[in-house]
Amino acid sequence: MYLLEVADLKVKVENRIILDGVSFGLKSGEIHILFGPNGSGKTTLIGTIIGLPTYEVVSGRILFMGEDITGKSVDERAKFGIGVGFQNPPEIAGVKLGDLLKFCLGKSLEDEFSEEEMRLIEAFRLKDFLKRETHVGFSGGERKRSEILQLLFLKPKVLLLDEPDSGVDVESLKIIAGEIQRYIESSGASALIITHKGDILEYVNAKYGCVLLNGKIHCFTDPKHVYEDIKREGYEGCIKCQVKSEEKW
Amino acid sequence: MPSEKRGEMVELAGKDSLKSIPHKILEEAYKAGAASDEERAGTFFHIDTSTVYSRVNELFKGKVELMDIKVALQKYQWLSDYMWSAVPREGDAFTRRVAEDFSGGYFLRILPDAEVTFPLQSCMVITQENLEQRLHNIIIAEENSKAHLITSCLQHSTVTSATHIGVTEIYVKRGAYLNSTMVHQWREESMVRPRSAAIINENGTFVSNYICLRPVRDVQMYPVAYCMGEGSKAIFNSILYGHRNTFMDIGSKAILEGRESRAEMISRAVTREGSKIIVRGSIEGNGQDCKGHLECKGLILDDESFLQSIPELTARSKSIEITHEAAVGRISEKEIVYLMTRKLSREQAVSLIIRGFMDAGIMGLPETLSDEINRIIDIAAKV
Ligand SMILES: Nc1ncnc2c1ncn2[C@@H]1O[C@H](COP(=O)(O)OP(=O)(O)OP(=O)(O)O)[C@@H](O)[C@H]1O
Ligand SMILES: [Mg+2]
Repeated sequence: MYLLEVADLKVKVENRIILDGVSFGLKSGEIHILFGPNGSGKTTLIGTIIGLPTYEVVSGRILFMGEDITGKSVDERAKFGIGVGFQNPPEIAGVKLGDLLKFCLGKSLEDEFSEEEMRLIEAFRLKDFLKRETHVGFSGGERKRSEILQLLFLKPKVLLLDEPDSGVDVESLKIIAGEIQRYIESSGASALIITHKGDILEYVNAKYGCVLLNGKIHCFTDPKHVYEDIKREGYEGCIKCQVKSEEKW
Repeated sequence: MPSEKRGEMVELAGKDSLKSIPHKILEEAYKAGAASDEERAGTFFHIDTSTVYSRVNELFKGKVELMDIKVALQKYQWLSDYMWSAVPREGDAFTRRVAEDFSGGYFLRILPDAEVTFPLQSCMVITQENLEQRLHNIIIAEENSKAHLITSCLQHSTVTSATHIGVTEIYVKRGAYLNSTMVHQWREESMVRPRSAAIINENGTFVSNYICLRPVRDVQMYPVAYCMGEGSKAIFNSILYGHRNTFMDIGSKAILEGRESRAEMISRAVTREGSKIIVRGSIEGNGQDCKGHLECKGLILDDESFLQSIPELTARSKSIEITHEAAVGRISEKEIVYLMTRKLSREQAVSLIIRGFMDAGIMGLPETLSDEINRIIDIAAKV
């Protein structure tokens, strides 16, 4: 059974069809990688799954553990266990990152972080940021680290990660990706990771890679293979090879 | 009229301890942000028409003088020179009313070179129905002194309707730093007319923080800072939360006369539930090389409310540099939805953003003071 299943999803943004029949499923413990050129609709897909109002579902369904969540609100989906690490998270002026992390953990503001939580905060090199306003004046990589840490603290069943590696230095990437992998192994959650680069594949154990192009998902095979193909043949060339795994992705 | 609507009279047991103040009033004062310990450098309570408590902690003897203004006027002949020197006696109907007759107020003097690390606090309380409280306060920050003052003005919860007119004249002498925070906790039927002005001498700094978070019928004020001395500085910060049909017309004005004098104004206003807030700000650059910046941000949460920002920038010399930045409008939907992905409901997200919007962090104060103000905001926002 799929943790998350997307069936023939068509999505409009500002009256333009961006996703034109996308289907896939994520099983417990699996990590899938989604490639695709700029503007192909990768962020749109994640935004639609979590229910952002910008994205209008024209047809198709989103199922979470078998239940249709297409009409649910964003916070309901988050409470079900869908977690998003955004590509461009907003600044939340006046809200301290430390407070937001406590909300993510379901703690109240008076509660302290546990030792394990502090360990993660330090591993993400965010200890000095706890008192700062969320993302205000953060560098690109700092923002990403904050985003992924929040996501891990939410303890989701499905992680939707939108370019967790872009703008992140080599050392941080190793830590971030390593913690994601650890979380998935220990919790049985699954993840969909959007990336433009292959480096992250060194640190996470991803089962499938695929390409979003022209509103549809193509290729369902070893992500390293997909990445090498894209580098060699380009996105259009890559999807022509038609290698597909037997399983429905 | 039902009898419980009438305010209770306050029995004065003595002036030497906070314990002389009825428990209920103290409790409300704490809610308005007054600190509950007696460790403060100085604490002053004026309830209705009398000064009930006025004390300078032993620790701060020799650094601060704090007493009832009427007592001070008898003690110091020279003090009358400071009366109506910053605020014009004939300024308007309200200043004239205070000039005619007033019940008291505080005289606070921070002695030369003294540094007071704890905030001084004063509480102006109304417990009588339909009272018109008229006060006259004078603050003198002597040369090279440094102090924080927190004034809470509040109304006993059994009183529905009252008027408060408070004249405050502030003198910041050479090299002195005075940081004054005023917290207003009025009730839905109150009319409030503070009239204050500050005169700032050479290299002096005056910081005025104004916080009004509880519903109030009508507050109007337009304090003025005269930066007379070279290198003098005036900073006005305000956090305004208008709900339940509140009307606030809050302005601040800085007149930059001294060479290289500076002014900064930052305001945050939130309006909802049929409230109306007007935020004015005026910086007038007259002297050489004066600089000023004015920032106003406002959130409006429904169609019944009103929010207006009126900035005024004046230059009278080519060396002047005054800028402003203003934005009024809705809460960012992007931020709300982002927080909802963190399992917050829409309502929780909205209140977190509003709370963040009103965070004392905007005031650029030292951490202890900004924690103190945040504590006040938290308490007030919960009520
Ligand atoms: N709010 C919006 N208004 C108008 N167009 C939008 C909006 N959001 C997305 N789009 C458009 O939808 C298309 C898909 O955008 P999306 O962000 O999903 O791309 P992406 O695959 O994530 O690209 P990238 O790799 O650059 O992040 C783009 O052409 C984009 O311009
Ligand atoms: Mg994207």
